[in-house]
Amino acid sequence: MAIAAEQPGVDLREPAGWRRTKNKIATVLMWVAFAAVLVPLGFVLYTVISKGAPIISGQFLTGSIPPNIMPANFGGMAPAIIGTLEITALAAVMAIPLGVLGAVYINEYGGNRVLARVIGFMADVMTGVPSIVMGLFIFTIWVLHFGYSGLAGAFALACLMLPLVIRSSYEMLRLVPDSLREASYALGATKARVTLTVVLPAAIAGIISGALLAVARASGETAPLLFTIFTVEATNSNVFSGATTALPNQIFANASQPYVGAQARGWGAALTLIAIAFIFMIAARVSTARFTRYSR
Amino acid sequence: MNQPEEHVVKTELPKPAALDSRRAEYVSDYTSAPVFTAKSVSIYYGSFRAVTDVSLDIHENEITAFIGPSGCGKTTVLRTLNRMNDLIPSARVEGDVHYRGASLYASSVSPTAVRRRIGMVFQKPNPFPKSIYDNVAYGPRINGTRNKATLDEIVERSLRQAALWDEVKNRLNKSGLGLSGGQAQRLCIARTLAVEPDVVLMDEPCSALDPIATGRIEDLMQEIKSRYTIVIVTHNMQQATRVSDRTAFYSVLRDEKSDFRTGVLVEYGSTRQIFEDPHDSRTQAYVTGRIG
Amino acid sequence: MSAAVQADPADVAGSAHPLAQRRPLGDRVFGWLALAAGLLVLVILVLIAVTTSQQSTSWFSHEGLSGIFSTDWDPATDHFGAMAFVFGTAVTALVAIILAVPVSVALALLLTEVVPPRWARPIVYVVDLLAVVPSVVWGLWGILVFAPWVQHIYSSIASGLTGIPVLSFLFGGTNTSGAAFFTAGLILAFMITPIVTSLSREVIATVPSIDKEGAYALGATRWEMIRGAVWPHSQSGVVGSVLLGLGRAMGETIAAALVIGSSPAITSHLFSPGYSMPAVIANQFGESSGTFRAALVGMGVLLFAITIIVNLVARGFVERSARRAKGA
Repeated sequence: MAIAAEQPGVDLREPAGWRRTKNKIATVLMWVAFAAVLVPLGFVLYTVISKGAPIISGQFLTGSIPPNIMPANFGGMAPAIIGTLEITALAAVMAIPLGVLGAVYINEYGGNRVLARVIGFMADVMTGVPSIVMGLFIFTIWVLHFGYSGLAGAFALACLMLPLVIRSSYEMLRLVPDSLREASYALGATKARVTLTVVLPAAIAGIISGALLAVARASGETAPLLFTIFTVEATNSNVFSGATTALPNQIFANASQPYVGAQARGWGAALTLIAIAFIFMIAARVSTARFTRYSR
Repeated sequence: MNQPEEHVVKTELPKPAALDSRRAEYVSDYTSAPVFTAKSVSIYYGSFRAVTDVSLDIHENEITAFIGPSGCGKTTVLRTLNRMNDLIPSARVEGDVHYRGASLYASSVSPTAVRRRIGMVFQKPNPFPKSIYDNVAYGPRINGTRNKATLDEIVERSLRQAALWDEVKNRLNKSGLGLSGGQAQRLCIARTLAVEPDVVLMDEPCSALDPIATGRIEDLMQEIKSRYTIVIVTHNMQQATRVSDRTAFYSVLRDEKSDFRTGVLVEYGSTRQIFEDPHDSRTQAYVTGRIG
Repeated sequence: MSAAVQADPADVAGSAHPLAQRRPLGDRVFGWLALAAGLLVLVILVLIAVTTSQQSTSWFSHEGLSGIFSTDWDPATDHFGAMAFVFGTAVTALVAIILAVPVSVALALLLTEVVPPRWARPIVYVVDLLAVVPSVVWGLWGILVFAPWVQHIYSSIASGLTGIPVLSFLFGGTNTSGAAFFTAGLILAFMITPIVTSLSREVIATVPSIDKEGAYALGATRWEMIRGAVWPHSQSGVVGSVLLGLGRAMGETIAAALVIGSSPAITSHLFSPGYSMPAVIANQFGESSGTFRAALVGMGVLLFAITIIVNLVARGFVERSARRAKGA
């Protein structure tokens, strides 16, 4: 079979000049955008790690908060760490079950009813409410009557987390194929049974992942806690009453301090906070991976 | 509808001596009691009348096949028998459907109770993303059985009935999603049998399976027929002749001028009669392959 | 052998119908619980609006609605005009959007059209890392590291541009600390990039590949395909994501509070310090009382209202784009 001789007029090369250049420029710009994202990220992480790591020590993680003027190797952030963990945990316990139930309502019970669609839409809108507004809200509705407390802070964080959990759980529930529900109904299960024994277990990986991401987000929030826990510098063992502190609040306070020691402790706290949020984020990814492996 | 509703107890009915797994020839000699009686049933989705005026009896310990072209309503009628159409908000049933003498659509009837007695196997195998054991144990568990030994026994019995036990007995903990198509469908059948229903409805159970898997399920149907009543929707006419005792042929009634379509029951009789001596010309056209 | 007509333990004794069974209490309770959880969303939103408005009435009665537009802010003399803060919020959010949107959209396109799927995951992780950095850490870094560094740049640019009409209008002015509208806007841009990117990605991913293949089949380069097939489909969705980013930038409190400069000012100079609504609330709330506090809460109400409206509009755009993609 002879190969046909190249004929005149057939040109299979790249489109000429300007079109090709435009394409190349566009691609380059897209990669530049990626670099533009890497630079500040790298900058921040580098700074936090390089300034914060030297401060982290056993003493830092367990010591109490000294007056700002004290040098860097004095005291620690233990009350703030405890505060963050307690308050975030309390908020999670409130927001996650309610969020999942809300998503169950929208997806399993609501159907096409107007109420369900309104709730779904407003839950999405609620994710955009500024966190400081949540703080003001809990301030007016709770703190003015019952005083500052970790519980109030937890309420504010829970308000922040609720729409996030609803949204991510809803997406996961939607992905569960209807054929599974049908099979369950056909075996004589009631709607609650179907939801609890088939639908939720099938979606659990994504639900947990979404919940962990919401927790990661909440753990780093400052504004909702500003007016609800009042930021004192001591550990308050009673999370239900009395002002307390948390990592973000301490960082906020120390950031405007002129004292080097206070600033250093701020960096240490920042590193701790990023580490906590990062751990939750990794846990979220692990959850997705592990659970989807089971259902394959 | 106004007769006193009886709670009909199923008794052991005398079986004709020669009734074996090769069914059809003997059915005309003997008719078992009706399990379902449908009278003038019409089914609507919203304002669309999907099925018009269906009347038939489903008889005990028989395999009844619903056949017909696409869109003729056979699956719709099937799903009416275990109230699965309730899951579609706009669905509405008119007419009488009686199950063992009791009205299936009375307002006091619980669909959940209905579905525990009347099970369903679907077209596409839909095992739960749980272990094989948990799939089969699901039904008994939600009905209150908790005892491990009892569950073990139920699981083994159901998997044996579904001709799947030997293949999976050593991996009951493995996910049900890891089975081949044919195995998965047998798992779904085992799952349905685990609650010991009275009736098993099957919606084209073999259409997603290869011929060998199909054959195994057809054999299975013959084996369990003596204990259950089976209604099967099928596209495959050869399958209907192979397995069923009775066949109902549905078709689409179309009004040329107004573009109005609805499903109707054209003819219902013993399988032998439907295929060898159809009374209606539409039936004859369908079974001889001229349409559909 | 069939157990079909065994007495069902759940059968209510004495019911007329053999198949009758009351819907179990557990089933109904679960349904109510789910409904209650869903309604909680609406309840909270309404409560936020009502209670915060209540707390701010003394401000409104003191200043009237024109308080929002008055530029006279002097708590010492009981003047609480909010305009400077509204201005600051708007300016920083705008700067954030102008900087973040091109980058985010370019990133979204990069991830959906250019990068092979295997490499997309790590890049997405990197972008998500931006979101993991808490707001307060951005602020800490911003005020202690970034602002001093960028202050030099501001001075150089400002002096370099003196005399040039439009540019010195925007980029002139003096700054001693680096805290300014622009600094805050820049950091806000870093913070909203992940969310705008991920939403734009979702939108762009819904473009039917048939359209993309059609463009390629006509001999288009990738950029031409993006302009011709991807963009028309994803336009309104991307606009929606941008608006959502805008809403987020307006409400972002702590980072802005630390690096915006904390001095209320209405000026065109982007490099000079200013103030925004969330920032002043965060900074001054603790020591405020009476009408001052009511004014701060009032600004919170304003912020709530604005972000709700922006979010409603944004969701409208996103839904419209999703609906069109499904119908396509």
